[in-house]
Amino acid sequence: MNIIICAKVIPASSVTIEINPATKCMVRKGVPHELDPAAACALEEGLRLTEKHGGAVTVITMGIGDATIGIRNALAMGAANAIHILDDALAGSDALGTAKALAAAIKKESFDLVICAAESSDSYSGIVPGQLAQLLGLSPLTFAKEIAVEAKKITIKRQTESGYDLVEAEMPALVTVASGINEPRYPQLKGIMAAKKKEIKQWTAADLGLGPDQVGASGAKEKVLAIGRPAARKAGKVITDEGDGGKQVADFLAELKVI
Amino acid sequence: MDFNLTEEQLQIRDEIRRVCREFPDRYWREVDRRRDYPEAFVRKLTELGWLGALIPAEYGGTGLGITEASMILEEINRSGGNATVCHAQMYTMGTLLRHGSEEQKKRYLSKIATGELRLQAFGVTEPNAGSETTRIQTTAARKGNKYVVHGQKIFISRVLQSDLMLLLARTTPYDELEDKSRGLSVFIVDLREAQGKMEVKPLDIMINHHTNALFFDGLEVPAENLIGQEGMGFRYIIDGWNAERILIAAEAIGDGRWFTERAAKYAGERVVFSRPIGANQGIQFPIAQAYARIEAADLVRYHAATKFDRKESCGAEANMAKFLASEAAWEAANACLTTHGGYGFATEYDVERKFRETRLLTVAPVSNNLVLAYLAQHVLGMPKSY
Repeated sequence: MNIIICAKVIPASSVTIEINPATKCMVRKGVPHELDPAAACALEEGLRLTEKHGGAVTVITMGIGDATIGIRNALAMGAANAIHILDDALAGSDALGTAKALAAAIKKESFDLVICAAESSDSYSGIVPGQLAQLLGLSPLTFAKEIAVEAKKITIKRQTESGYDLVEAEMPALVTVASGINEPRYPQLKGIMAAKKKEIKQWTAADLGLGPDQVGASGAKEKVLAIGRPAARKAGKVITDEGDGGKQVADFLAELKVI
Repeated sequence: MDFNLTEEQLQIRDEIRRVCREFPDRYWREVDRRRDYPEAFVRKLTELGWLGALIPAEYGGTGLGITEASMILEEINRSGGNATVCHAQMYTMGTLLRHGSEEQKKRYLSKIATGELRLQAFGVTEPNAGSETTRIQTTAARKGNKYVVHGQKIFISRVLQSDLMLLLARTTPYDELEDKSRGLSVFIVDLREAQGKMEVKPLDIMINHHTNALFFDGLEVPAENLIGQEGMGFRYIIDGWNAERILIAAEAIGDGRWFTERAAKYAGERVVFSRPIGANQGIQFPIAQAYARIEAADLVRYHAATKFDRKESCGAEANMAKFLASEAAWEAANACLTTHGGYGFATEYDVERKFRETRLLTVAPVSNNLVLAYLAQHVLGMPKSY
């Protein structure tokens, strides 16, 4: 069973995100990067499936050179292979451009299952997996809280507000995993050392047969018009308990129609 | 000259940081309060292979250098933890690795690498022989195919958290020796088989250090557990000193960074007389000075570690790194405590705990006075002063 994980590498959680006012894009170059925790959950799920059913996990990421550390991290966790789509021509790609590049790379591989995070932890658009499934002609199974594979059939528990739906599909398929599906493993120290010996294949847009009308800033159909900060939150209400604190809290909650 | 860490070293640093985040201040505070051994932390590090970093790959470890091992310990202390609880599992095996027989290495090292066996106790110090190791009095007398041990040790850490202990004992009486550095031997003691012949008395000390007094009353050690040649034990333990000093330096640097980061943060947040206390030079200069000294010590630490990993002589650098780093960390600890004022003494701020812990590093595993004595005599050529 061969599984492809689409794993985004994002600025580390310790980094204060900056937006370039000219491009309205996140500043990614020159800041520490890490494997997106959401992607780590997708990878963990892939590793567990291959540990149970055999096969190998291949990680694919599209990103700048700084993404290498996150790819090494994925390899250290146990991914067997890695592909880095790395090309300045891809800078400024919108979600669809990203999906096209990922789809083109995935088509070069033999696979049974593609697993993505439901959304990345930096830009949160959440639309790449759906576009990717469409481009690959795969059944998308979204927001999985649990994944089971039997022969060529995949079943997920799809998280809903009231519980979950059971969703089945024939493989090959594409699954997005909901946050909290698992607790990603820490790499073993030996895994970290072994990761440096694993090859990371690098592909450019041209290698994938993609031109400037499809990817990069020139190929982007989605334009960010403006970026602003969320409105400052109003000051909270402080309740001083002078014997009637409980009543005041209850009144406040009633006012909010919470109770 | 390149002062940058490699991609692999950066990854090691980032990963150990991630693991340490799972054990925040409150974990260490609670362990300290209860005088517990941080079992969950040590187990996690063991499972992930971090404590087998220095064991060669052929014996089941990762075969990393002292540089990388020192980074691991630094990050534990920088996170607010205390690497002394497990550092010995990393390096005590060095004596076995360098001087043990192939059979001994095969028997023990792979199990130490996986954590199946814990070897993190080394019985050297005695009530009447601290820094003067060649004066130890615990004896190991050969009786057929075993040695029988009598005597006493003190400040022997983690005995109750170990399966194996290395023991330095006298095999030739001091007065019969021409070369006083001979006559001592190193043994592997299987602590699981030592009951009844060895009493372990935990010592209550200033920090949560799991250290003990040991009393040997006819402890039998199989002759096959002798490491290397009889009488060469002192040379064998000296061989491990440089590695130990570099690793301790790194722990001190981790402490120093923790203190300066906490102090700077608090100084920026605490408002007195309508402005942050960090706006006062009386507060910020001691923190900045400690920071500069930690950075300087760190350069010597990496210099020493690099030379060690290149198998170059590094006694001077390793000793200087330990001296400079432990003194800088202590300076940072004082600056941090002063910055926090009364709150520095409150356990919930963790400053007092780290303050107690880092003080040890100026005294152990070697007193800084003896480091200076070494530098004066062996590096600067002055007369022996002790």
